[in-house]
Amino acid sequence: MRALGFAFSFTLTLGLCAFMIVPIGMSILAGITANYFVGPSGGLTLSWVQQVLSLYLPSIVLSLMVAFTTLGIDLAAGVPFAYVLARNTGTLSRLAEELLSLPIAIPGLAIALGLIITYGTFREFRASWLFIVVGHVLFTMPFLVRSVVAVMRSIDLPVLEESAASLGASFLQRFLGVIVPNSLGGIVAGALMVFTLSIGEFNITWMLHTPLTKTLPVGLADSYASMRLEVASAYTLVFFVVITPVLVALQRFGAVRVRGT
Amino acid sequence: MSVAIRLERCAKTFANGARALEPIDLSIVAGETLVLLGPSGCGKTTTLRIIAGLEEPDSGGNVFFDDKDVTRTPVEKRSVGIVFQSYALFPHLDVAGNVAYGLRIRGESRERLRSRVNEMLALVRLTELADRKIDQLSGGQKQRVALARAIAISPRVLLLDEPLAALDAKLREHLRAEIRDLLRRVGITAIYVTHDQAEAMTLGDRIAVMNAGRIEQIGTPLEIYRMPKTQFVAEFVGNVNRLPDGTLVRPEDVLIAANGAGEMHGKLRSIAFLGDRLRLVVDGCAEDGLIVDTTERVELAIGDDVSLQIRPGARVRLQ
Amino acid sequence: MIFTNARYASSLVSTIVLSLSVTVAAVSLSTIAGFFLARSSFPGRAFLVSMLTLPLAFPGVVVGFLVIMLGGRLGIVGDITQFLFGQRVVFAYSITGLFVGYLYFSIPRAILTIMAAVETLDRSREEAARSLGAGHIAVARDVILPGLAPALVATSAICFATAMGAFGTAFTLATDLNVLPMTIYTEFTLYADVAVSAALSVVLGAVTWVALALARTVAGSTVAAAG
Repeated sequence: MRALGFAFSFTLTLGLCAFMIVPIGMSILAGITANYFVGPSGGLTLSWVQQVLSLYLPSIVLSLMVAFTTLGIDLAAGVPFAYVLARNTGTLSRLAEELLSLPIAIPGLAIALGLIITYGTFREFRASWLFIVVGHVLFTMPFLVRSVVAVMRSIDLPVLEESAASLGASFLQRFLGVIVPNSLGGIVAGALMVFTLSIGEFNITWMLHTPLTKTLPVGLADSYASMRLEVASAYTLVFFVVITPVLVALQRFGAVRVRGT
Repeated sequence: MSVAIRLERCAKTFANGARALEPIDLSIVAGETLVLLGPSGCGKTTTLRIIAGLEEPDSGGNVFFDDKDVTRTPVEKRSVGIVFQSYALFPHLDVAGNVAYGLRIRGESRERLRSRVNEMLALVRLTELADRKIDQLSGGQKQRVALARAIAISPRVLLLDEPLAALDAKLREHLRAEIRDLLRRVGITAIYVTHDQAEAMTLGDRIAVMNAGRIEQIGTPLEIYRMPKTQFVAEFVGNVNRLPDGTLVRPEDVLIAANGAGEMHGKLRSIAFLGDRLRLVVDGCAEDGLIVDTTERVELAIGDDVSLQIRPGARVRLQ
Repeated sequence: MIFTNARYASSLVSTIVLSLSVTVAAVSLSTIAGFFLARSSFPGRAFLVSMLTLPLAFPGVVVGFLVIMLGGRLGIVGDITQFLFGQRVVFAYSITGLFVGYLYFSIPRAILTIMAAVETLDRSREEAARSLGAGHIAVARDVILPGLAPALVATSAICFATAMGAFGTAFTLATDLNVLPMTIYTEFTLYADVAVSAALSVVLGAVTWVALALARTVAGSTVAAAG
């Protein structure tokens, strides 16, 4: 009876894995096959990948720029904000946390719409890649703050600060020298999450982009719609190559826990 | 109803290579309370879990309930009552629901269930709290619910894994006595795991002192205390002094001799008032300071000469 | 005003129905797989876990593309059914394709959350139940599922919220099935009807926010959705 349950669960799990992996494998294969109709027997080639890079390199670069800028802003604003939230347990901070969960609840589309409606008249801003950064920051900030707050709440902040202060450290010294190093786990996890989310972000970016500010996922959608299957697959392969190291790092830090505590 | 238990050559090595138990043999009389006493990591909990059926002994080891081999019987078929250190109460059931659980599984009738639950709650004196939710109970109350739940199924043996460890000292002392009375009343074979020597002495008909996966000595509390077989046992159940001739003596068996006519003499190093006795440390009688516990109200100062006499028959010679 | 228009109403309804069914399917499958993975140890287990959770970062468009790989006109499922039954099954561009795509990005999230919850379960409760005579089914029913309940609710809420707001997948699969995010998109881009798209977004956001708030109160912890 026990063995039956084990066998069933194991088979189901394997089935789910296959469901997840097979399409990815197929896509990668398609990206390096000379001709998809013929299949791998027709030969493997990197020419599709080369074509993708020549067509879409600006998008890839832009995505990286947006991701790093978003990360920078998120860290600069988010870590101190997380500290404030972790230290205060009053109603104001609980309200702030509720507000923080709003961007997560509101679908990307709505966030984008909101941004366009609010800032659409600022011509230059609207057309620049910073507009996209704003959307990404809005969307990713809660994840970083959540992750950092969780870690900060789990360590005994007041005690650490008091002992540092008693040894003569100023606030800035305490923040940079004691609090941040001790929260590093949450900060790194949050940072990786932000980077991953930004690179893969589509819903908001699609609405906000202009022909001059195309990111990687936008380019992907473009290639799916208008390019050969092999080119689209090769582009997807490039995406996998960019994102997999970050994901592996995320898992290593045990942070791909989409729960937050 | 309650069984005699026998362990033969039971050892346990865990998957990560940790050797928790060397092969031990253990015989427990039906109806007795045996205490497994020892420091953490000595194998006492592993032994308990093997008796429960939560762990299997390494091959070659066997567990018998009344001469019936239960080594391969899973825990749900062994009819053992377990009280865990963390109580392990079911949070979505109230007190009565928890106590009734085992009976419900057995398909007891509604009336039989209710009467048994009431009987159990009366036994642990929690009748008024029958409808209370688990998270509203104090530690001591939770522990009593755990006890009631385990006894409700009329198990063949009751297994208690450091049930008082999570409680504060005063409560522990109080509940210790309650459990002892309860075990006597119910008359069930009970195995009690603890690292607390006072608990062991209070509760156990016999005590098995364990160390590093082995049983060092089994005996009544008196035997263990007054006639320890090894240094470890002697030191674990109480303070002990080692005399120059290799024998051991307990602090309370070192008496202050009148008029300086004792067999040993030394200088007083320190004196501490412990409430129910004075603890003196005397230099010059043993390798380290000799610990002397006395209930006499003596007037001594540090540096004074002290004359000591050992109570006749109280010296312990180890095997 | 929005609710009276049949097209918008049906769009909202079909989105909710789709999201609910995907949630039920994803959470049920993930509970079995997640519990199994969290409790077992066999060579390759860690590999299986990372394989299952890798797709977390994929944008909806990629998921849509992968669905096409599975069930498009040249899809592998079609190859299999052609081989077995002589009939090529193409599901990518129908509601099945949408369902499969949504399932694809829901399962990694659900499995992770559930695995984390299983790890926090108090195993001594299961041992206590077993010592009282409960067999494996009773233990699952009386101890494990109640213990997982808050996590299951939270997971369901995330799944639901993510499915409601998913855009990229529907966009790539370009079905004529109207999910609300697509309706919002077409209103904005095709008809330049900012007011309607904004209003619909508010409705979408409100439904999603309610679901997440519900989960937060039940689970007592914060939940996150992305996609």
